[in-house]
Amino acid sequence: MDKIQSLYEALTKVDGFIYPNELALNWDMLIVMYPYITGLVAGAFILASLNRVFDIKALRPTYELSLLTALSFMLVATMPLITHLGQPLRFYEMLITPHLTSAMAIFGFVYLWYLMVVLLLEIWFDYRYDMVIWSREKKGFMKFFYKALTLWVSDTSPESRKTDEKIGYFITVVGIPSAFLLHGYVGFIFGSIKANPWWSTVMMPVIFLFSAMVSGIALVMFIYMVVSYLRKQKIDMNALDTIAKYLFYILIIDFTLESLDQIHRIYEADESFDILKILVRGKLFFTFFIMQIGVGVVIPLATLGFLQFKKPRVRIRKLIYWIISICVLVGIFYMRWNVVIGGQLFSKSFYGFTSYKVNLIGGSDVTLSLLWFIVPFFILAFLLWLLPPWKKAPPIEIPEE
Amino acid sequence: MAIEKENFSRRDFIKNSSMFAGGVVFASLINPYKFVFATKQPKGKGKWYGIGIDIEKCIGCGSCARACKIENNVPDDPFFFRNWVEQYTITNDERILVSSPNGGIDGFKQPVPEEDIYKTFFVPKMCNHCAKSPCTQVCPVGASFESPEGLALVDQSYCIGCGYCVQACPYGCRYIDPVKGVVDKCTLCYHRLEKGLDPACMMACPTGARIYGDLNDKNSAVSLFLKEHNCAVLKPQLNTESKLFYNDLSQEVH
Repeated sequence: MDKIQSLYEALTKVDGFIYPNELALNWDMLIVMYPYITGLVAGAFILASLNRVFDIKALRPTYELSLLTALSFMLVATMPLITHLGQPLRFYEMLITPHLTSAMAIFGFVYLWYLMVVLLLEIWFDYRYDMVIWSREKKGFMKFFYKALTLWVSDTSPESRKTDEKIGYFITVVGIPSAFLLHGYVGFIFGSIKANPWWSTVMMPVIFLFSAMVSGIALVMFIYMVVSYLRKQKIDMNALDTIAKYLFYILIIDFTLESLDQIHRIYEADESFDILKILVRGKLFFTFFIMQIGVGVVIPLATLGFLQFKKPRVRIRKLIYWIISICVLVGIFYMRWNVVIGGQLFSKSFYGFTSYKVNLIGGSDVTLSLLWFIVPFFILAFLLWLLPPWKKAPPIEIPEE
Repeated sequence: MAIEKENFSRRDFIKNSSMFAGGVVFASLINPYKFVFATKQPKGKGKWYGIGIDIEKCIGCGSCARACKIENNVPDDPFFFRNWVEQYTITNDERILVSSPNGGIDGFKQPVPEEDIYKTFFVPKMCNHCAKSPCTQVCPVGASFESPEGLALVDQSYCIGCGYCVQACPYGCRYIDPVKGVVDKCTLCYHRLEKGLDPACMMACPTGARIYGDLNDKNSAVSLFLKEHNCAVLKPQLNTESKLFYNDLSQEVH
């Protein structure tokens, strides 16, 4: 929360009338980061499950990468929340004494379920055989480390690999509704606040879910290209084209849902409409129309739509995909921004606005937000070094029964 | 001699654990709608506080806001209040102007020339102590709770400062204390009520515009106030069952 020094400074932030306590924004950029990062996790996981469960073979090259991306971001997903608390050291209270009428109280459990049961287990079964092999090849500490990671299971028989495969498949099947739950749930945290008409819509969980998928797919696309470039490996264009195709489809669904929400709001025009209209046209004009819709939706949709009909040369296509993935990631960030910050800029009295200024230098919320966004990339680099997908043994063929 | 089976097999462990887990699930199914509203009006005969504010009597002196800040150690900053006064001015060309400079503590100035004013009045605001309070509903740890007397209170030694309740309050009555890092709000001076004293704002009001009392007692000041006046609550469409009743509430007031 930003500190305001004087009444004079305070009044420069206000247009019209707001309740006195609404002056300082209660949820700052860290809370923008929270649904953003959680969404990236859910989206990356769903891309992985497209390969595993829906058997889209073209996506095989990005399967492990999607899972490891999901894990890296999952590990920091709660950090923006915890660092935002007024009493960060009391965060565990939410786990040991959850207040069950609160939409926020269950997040810890949904999170732990997703991290422990879905992501870690799936990655473990996927890498178990390879970790056994690596533990035999390495020496010294790394040998011990891989052994510890296998939990001292050293079975490398084809039967054990088939079991791994089957359990992994089962976990992915469980994982899809879990990913939906994780991010739909984050949407519900906002959508269930009846006091705030900008948030309170039944569409919120669904919109959050699809925007999560869009952002996660774009993130994996981006990381896949960067990792291939750093490793000086050829990019599998078939995989990239397929990712782009799914990005295109899901972006259409996402945009349709968001438009439906806005059209419904505009047509119904209830008591909050007048203030929200001024909000969107004024304080949110740049972040909503230019960044969220322009950069995040219109440009990617137009480009990806064009690519469905005409395929330019590989070099150009790669460049397009790279730029589009960044556009989508930026667009979804601003979508979260418009929800979280936008929802606090207007007064619940409907008579005025406060404002939120990002302090790039010295603003603790911005620094921390950047930190929590950058840390996952380092975790990912470590995970890719520890569990390189490109050094995995070829998958075992399961005969059809 | 028969050997009694005393060892505890894994099968037994799984059996017992699943019975326990099943019991927990079953117990949560018995009362599935409990989570819908955080609190319900108790059926008991204890006190159930309500507040009445007579807008006709409020002169906008700001004594209530001032008394509250002093009594409850509310931060001096001009933008944290448990209790504040708003000035509404409706002009002849139908513009609605609202202001609450420093919560009304320093009094009000009317910037609109008198001949342009259609009507003007003051509206004191404070916690509505809702019977179905959305703020206590969303608290993730249960630090915000409803007292048996129907007052929405906060256990500050337990609050984690997430600010979810601040978002959930439709009336803007909560704030995060910048020093303590936890949420703070009107308690109807619970510490004074316990000693049989009146809340600070009620004591300070020079015109008797503020009334409080037990809604279960039909002869209490607030029950009689409700009987004699046509009262309304703020934002009734949100179904919070607010217990702050205004006499003569203008529809412009949100």
